[in-house]
Amino acid sequence: MHPMLLPLAQVNLMWYSLPLIVAISLVYSATRHEQMQPILVHAARLGTMIVLFMTAILIGLALLSWWL
Amino acid sequence: MSKAAVVESSLPPDEVIDLKDPLVAAILAWLVPGMGHFYQGRTRKGVLFMVTILGTFFYGLFISEGRAVYASWVDGDKRLPYLCQVCVGLPALPALVQTYLVRNGREPLFGGVMSPPVDVAALNDLWKRLNRQLDLGTVYTMVAGLLNVLAIYDAYGGPVRLEPHEESPRKKEDDEPAESSGG
Repeated sequence: MHPMLLPLAQVNLMWYSLPLIVAISLVYSATRHEQMQPILVHAARLGTMIVLFMTAILIGLALLSWWL
Repeated sequence: MSKAAVVESSLPPDEVIDLKDPLVAAILAWLVPGMGHFYQGRTRKGVLFMVTILGTFFYGLFISEGRAVYASWVDGDKRLPYLCQVCVGLPALPALVQTYLVRNGREPLFGGVMSPPVDVAALNDLWKRLNRQLDLGTVYTMVAGLLNVLAIYDAYGGPVRLEPHEESPRKKEDDEPAESSGG
C-alpha cells in the first residue's frame, strides 16, 4: 500500500471518536448553561471545533508521515 | 433549608436554580450520573447527563466485553484507569467486589465482567484476545468517569457561567472616568 494511503486503513477506527465527541460536547456545554437550547447550540459549536481541530492534526500527521 | 443554596447571580428570573443541599446532590451525582440533578428538580439536565455518561460508560464496557473496567493494584498490573472509571459511581463499583472475589481465590460473578486477570499470563491473554477493543473500552469508560466529574461539579455549584454582558476593560474605563482620573 502506498504510504500516503496508510491513514485510510485506520479510518474505521476514527468513527469511534464520534460518540466521544458528541458526549464530551454535550456534557461540557451542559455545565455552562441551564436551558436546553443554549446547551445544544454550544454543543454543536464545540463539537464542530473539536472535529476541525482533530482533522487539522490528522492532516498534519499524515503529511509528516508521508515526508519522513 | 439552611443548607440550601441558590444560584441567582446574573441570571434572568426564570433561570434561578435551587440547588437544595449541594453536598447531597454531589454525592447522588457521583453515585448515579444525573441523579443529583433529578434531586434538584433539574430533570432535563439529569436526563442529558445520565444518557450521555452512562451511554459512554456502558458502550465502552460493551466493546471490551466487560473487561475494560477492573480494579487491580498488584505488581505488573496497576490499573490506574480505574481511578477515572470509578468517578462514574455505582456502575463501576462491582469491579471492587470482583477483585475481592478473585484475589481470595473465588469465582467472579456475572461471567467475569469487571473481574481482574488472575495473573500476568491471564493479563497477556486478555490483551492478545481483545487488543484495541480493550484500549477503546478503557478510553470510553475513563472519559465517562471524567465527564461525571463535570456533572458532579454542576450538581454542587450550578452551571459555570461567563458574565452575560462581559465588558471590555476599555469600555469600563469609559463608564467611570471620574474616579480613576482624580489622582
